[in-house]
Amino acid sequence: MTLLVSKNQLVVPGEVLARGSGVDVAGGVYRKKVKGETEIIASMIGLVKIRKDSVGVVPLEGCYIPLEGDIIIGKIVRVGITSWNVDIRGPYVGALRVNSVLDRDFDSLRESLEEVLNFGDIIKAQITYFDRTRDPVLTMQGRGLRKITHGRLIDVDPVKIPRIIGKKGSMIQLLKNMTNAQIIVGQNGRIVVSANSVEKENLVIRAIRKIEAEAHTSGLTDRIRAYLEEEKKNL
Amino acid sequence: MTKEKTSLLMDDGRRLDGRELHELRPITMQSSVLDRADGSCYLTWGNNKIICAVYGPRELHPKHLAKPDRAIVRVEYRLATFSVNERKSPAPRRREYELSKLIKESLDAVLFLEKFPNGTIDVYITVLDADGGTRCAALTAASIALADAGIPMKGFITGCAVGKVADKMVVDLSDVEDKDGQGDMPVAMNFNTGEITLLQCDGEFTIEEVKEGLSLAIRAIGDVYKLQREAVLAKYTQIEGTTNDVGDEEE
Amino acid sequence: MRSEEIVGVLEKQYITKLLEKGKRADGRKFLEGRPVQIIPNVIKKAEGSAMVKWGETVILAGVKAQLGSPFPDTPNDGVITVNAEISPISSPTNESGPPGPRTVELARVVDRGIRESKIMPMKDPKLCVIPGKKVWIIFIDVYILDDGGNLIDAAALGAMAALANTRLRKVVINEDLEEVTLLEETEPLPRNGSVASLTFAKINDSIFYDPNLLEDRGKEARFSFAMTDKGIICSMQKGESGVFTEEEFTTILDQGATLVAPLLEKIEECSQFPEMNEMYQFDF
Repeated sequence: MTLLVSKNQLVVPGEVLARGSGVDVAGGVYRKKVKGETEIIASMIGLVKIRKDSVGVVPLEGCYIPLEGDIIIGKIVRVGITSWNVDIRGPYVGALRVNSVLDRDFDSLRESLEEVLNFGDIIKAQITYFDRTRDPVLTMQGRGLRKITHGRLIDVDPVKIPRIIGKKGSMIQLLKNMTNAQIIVGQNGRIVVSANSVEKENLVIRAIRKIEAEAHTSGLTDRIRAYLEEEKKNL
Repeated sequence: MTKEKTSLLMDDGRRLDGRELHELRPITMQSSVLDRADGSCYLTWGNNKIICAVYGPRELHPKHLAKPDRAIVRVEYRLATFSVNERKSPAPRRREYELSKLIKESLDAVLFLEKFPNGTIDVYITVLDADGGTRCAALTAASIALADAGIPMKGFITGCAVGKVADKMVVDLSDVEDKDGQGDMPVAMNFNTGEITLLQCDGEFTIEEVKEGLSLAIRAIGDVYKLQREAVLAKYTQIEGTTNDVGDEEE
Repeated sequence: MRSEEIVGVLEKQYITKLLEKGKRADGRKFLEGRPVQIIPNVIKKAEGSAMVKWGETVILAGVKAQLGSPFPDTPNDGVITVNAEISPISSPTNESGPPGPRTVELARVVDRGIRESKIMPMKDPKLCVIPGKKVWIIFIDVYILDDGGNLIDAAALGAMAALANTRLRKVVINEDLEEVTLLEETEPLPRNGSVASLTFAKINDSIFYDPNLLEDRGKEARFSFAMTDKGIICSMQKGESGVFTEEEFTTILDQGATLVAPLLEKIEECSQFPEMNEMYQFDF
């Protein structure tokens, strides 16, 4: 293959990254045959990622596409008779059945679902099934999955979530350790922050915004550490 | 007719706004200008001012419009009531419906709609100040807003109109040249692949003029594309002492 | 209903808890407005225009004028009309289509503020060109571009600021033929003073000025009123299903003069041009 770009180069949709056969594609790109030759072309704004035999784009903008196993933060938007509809900030509304929430029988004649989860409630849930032709199916049975009753909910760019979590959770751990805040991160670009003061919560949120804005740059963990140290003095 | 033709070019052969025959007007583009939209772009092109917001891919209401195998694209191109000489009524006119359809079809060509069955991608464009060539400018802005929303695309659509003024083919017609000239020919394409997605004309052209116009348009589109690309990347400013790195090793 | 319209329990809980402590989510005091910026004369094709950035809210107002017939019941008056568009550009929850009740209310509240303030001398010969025959019809159109809460005050300010820099073409009247010729030369739209709108929101028992998006979505009741530079209240609108007491209304109204002053000042600033037809660039 012939590479036409270098590692970590910023590209926009439509830019040709590589030519020739034998190139595997990672995410953020597509393949197109041009005059008998295969071209690998960017489909997202992002940084070029080059592996041994593959080339791709790590996107800097993107919506949330559900993946089975994802832990997400959802908002109840409809309460049905035996299930809820959950807004997961993606193109599809999640379905949450009562038997994926309660580990006991539910008597729909005597009880109402509102008493379990109501309109506007925020939940930490997991995606158990999704194939793009039907709405994603959620569960709340699993470790840590529950209704979230306090904290501040913020939306972030879903593609920045890996950066906010960091290598083996390093970034999120840094945020937690330096502020003593509780932070719940959903893969769908929602985060719940709670700390013992509004000012501290605001600091965490500002740090998250900084990570979002600078997600494309190196040395981010060190900069965030320095930022938190500096800002903590003003608390 | 003769009088009109000559009055659109000055004695030195330049156009009324001082441009050379093949010169574009000044263009600025800025992405991510709106808080609430998923992707957005504000574009100025001469005295044109265009705002575009993109939402999606998102759930489609009403649901019966949804396609089980792909997303649909809804485009609404509108002129603000005060963007034109005579106040336009707030209700959309036939011209706005037609241009919305053409813009949608152009964008369809570069979107991976099969990735989002049942969903919709909504593109809203409002021309706040109109000065000729708004459909091409609108498509250019819409591409930036779509990329800004993180919607996967095969490439940008970039547009530019050419036309005929005083028997000469010129690039990027102004409002006056569009109204008083001999013909207008908007073109839009994916510049990287050479695929033309929009071609219209009104007026009178010889076959040679159409050919010349097309090649002029493609050259101008190349210049607009460069600006478009720069505008998209401008958001990711470099911080001193750092290099590009998304820390993908860290995942 | 779009899922974005549903206010999450956590968001509502957060603002309510803070309000109970006398605080607001963005750190403002109860009677503190957000930063307001007016950029006048931004649209070349409009006779007058203004962009208003009110906190996170962005609106664009434009004025178009055309000569037309007066209404039969007011043959000697110019005509003014306000139209609003809560564009789908401004928020994921705003659908396109014909104006809904919210849009119509916005337009009418802004319209009333300007109309009832009598700041437009409708009988002035500059507006009523040939009594009973030809008058200027002034269209004010307000586009909401980014909905960050408190659309009424932002739209009213934009409409007023656009009027303040509107220029009409001078006319020559041929009395015999009852014909009017438009000249290229322009003159400022006549105007006696200015007016601005103030909006308060109520959540639980807390009442505060200039709700931001979160507060706007969580509010139970809203009260807006327009006040002129002479301190006259010329329009009031209580909105939403929540309620106010008499005492609450009077307390709010007592704040009017103090809060309206900086807005009126901004309107006057932007109507004074260094040059007659200077265009200003705006960004977001």
